[in-house]
Amino acid sequence: MEPGVKKRAPQRLQIYKAIHPQAFLLTAISSFVLLIGVWLLLSTSGVVNPIFLPPPQAVLTELFVQLGSSEYWGHIGISVFRVFSGFALACAIGIPLGILAGTFKYSEAFIEPLMEFIRYMPAVAFIPLIMVWAGIGESSKILLIFIGCFFQLVLMVADLTRRVPHDLLHASFTLGASRWQAIDSVLIKAIRPQLMHTLRLILGWAWTYLVVAELVAVNSGLGYTIMKAQRFLNTEQIFVGLIVIGLLGLITDRIMAYLNKRMFPWA
Amino acid sequence: MSQAARRSIQDMGFEDKASIKEAARPVQQSATRARIEIQGVHKRYVSRKSTFEALRDINLSLGSNEFLTILGPSGCGKSTLLRMVAGLDEPTEGQLLIDGEEIHGPGADRGMVFQGYTLFPWLTVRENIEYGPKLQGMPTLERRSLSNHWLSVIRLEQFAQAYPKQLSGGMKQRVAIARALANRPKVLLMDEPFGALDAQTKQEMQEMLLEVWEREKTTVLFITHDIDEAIFLSQRIVVMGTGPGHLAAEYEVKLPEGRTADVREHPDFLALKRELSHLLKH
Ligand SMILES: Nc1ncnc2c1ncn2[C@@H]1O[C@H](COP(=O)(O)OP(=O)(O)O)[C@@H](O)[C@H]1O
Ligand SMILES: [Mg+2]
Repeated sequence: MEPGVKKRAPQRLQIYKAIHPQAFLLTAISSFVLLIGVWLLLSTSGVVNPIFLPPPQAVLTELFVQLGSSEYWGHIGISVFRVFSGFALACAIGIPLGILAGTFKYSEAFIEPLMEFIRYMPAVAFIPLIMVWAGIGESSKILLIFIGCFFQLVLMVADLTRRVPHDLLHASFTLGASRWQAIDSVLIKAIRPQLMHTLRLILGWAWTYLVVAELVAVNSGLGYTIMKAQRFLNTEQIFVGLIVIGLLGLITDRIMAYLNKRMFPWA
Repeated sequence: MSQAARRSIQDMGFEDKASIKEAARPVQQSATRARIEIQGVHKRYVSRKSTFEALRDINLSLGSNEFLTILGPSGCGKSTLLRMVAGLDEPTEGQLLIDGEEIHGPGADRGMVFQGYTLFPWLTVRENIEYGPKLQGMPTLERRSLSNHWLSVIRLEQFAQAYPKQLSGGMKQRVAIARALANRPKVLLMDEPFGALDAQTKQEMQEMLLEVWEREKTTVLFITHDIDEAIFLSQRIVVMGTGPGHLAAEYEVKLPEGRTADVREHPDFLALKRELSHLLKH
């Protein structure tokens, strides 16, 4: 470098610029620390009544107490079962239907306007109907999660399918692919990484509808533990329920993100 | 070439140009040897409000093993014409034939290389090359040796296991050419395949394509708006004009086979280039 020419330090905050993974992790942790700090301050300074906001250490203790009981694990188990049943059912029917709707205009016309219409009916408003239809057994919870996820999933998958570059399809035709071969070897293959992304999103909604389903007329599941805790003004346990649901969501999301990277390195 | 096309050449005042051929060869061939015949093809895009005439009365035939380039300014309808040969689009009027049979929809007999990158991103380079033969049910071992052959032709052996996103633009197009040719099409259709490449890469790709064409004796219908590229590659050049798209002139390129970069200095090359530049300015 020429003497006298000063090297300008690169800007730290550059748009879209990748940062070191460690820096990312530290920054992420700092936001959690900040949240807990504010929480600690509010609850221990006496500004907020501990009945409304118990201190973090009390919640932590309660968390370990609950995780030490097999009864709580039973609640976790049944909730996970409900979420994954409803989600799997929505995927099993919604993904093929979405691909179909995104592939042919006739199927789009048949499927999409109807889905759009039903999508605007709030899933929660179906609860009374679901209870009439399915009673208050397991099937009603699964049905609500299904309704909350299915219609949106179909529309999102259809959209993904339509957005596959048409030239990829044309290339496969000029290489001798039939229509069905093109759907199988191009459309379905091409949407996979995006589909995984969509599923992560939808799974998040499944957890939301789970809690809604478990707040009414049940005696098991994480939503139920929250409801029960509210009755006894046991705010520690409400927080524990929220945190456990958050952790379960985070764990499944991370697993899916990891799978996405491993399964589709080409994307 | 048909009456109509010849008429339009005269309309433009080129009938006295010595280099304009009466296209005797393709006409003689059309009964027996022409691979592709385009007869009285018109294309109109009709929307609710208006009709847009993209192509008017196109007549053209392409002989076996011929390298023919359609040269024309952007927007004159070259892609539209090529897509109809590929069967990806239908003519409004007229017909297109391959080996005497009318073209209906796309098929493996007409391989295509697109301007954009159309490798399948989820397949490795080798799998991309094997895509067509695999659909055809070719056994694995045979497919392996076929892809090995093509990997060496395009000099990408080390990239057999790479995914398209790891390749440069030039490499991608090399694979796209190999993928199309590994499927043994009767005709290779190329729509400005090197249009997005830098000048240096473009020339390398042109040389490689010529090499492949001379070795494999493929029939090629090539599209470009690049005069240099058209002359360097082709045996015959058909010039298209706009408003609506039509065939304006035809040239035979009488440069020796086994062309190398030096051919660009050849007096015939330069003369033809001057003439085509002049023609395309109008
Ligand atoms: N689907 C379409 N609908 C309407 N107009 C079109 C369509 N496709 C192409 N065109 C028009 O036809 C003309 C020729 O297009 P194209 O064949 O892509 O030209 P080129 O490949 O020579 O650049 C252009 O003016 C373009 O706008
Ligand atoms: Mg074009």
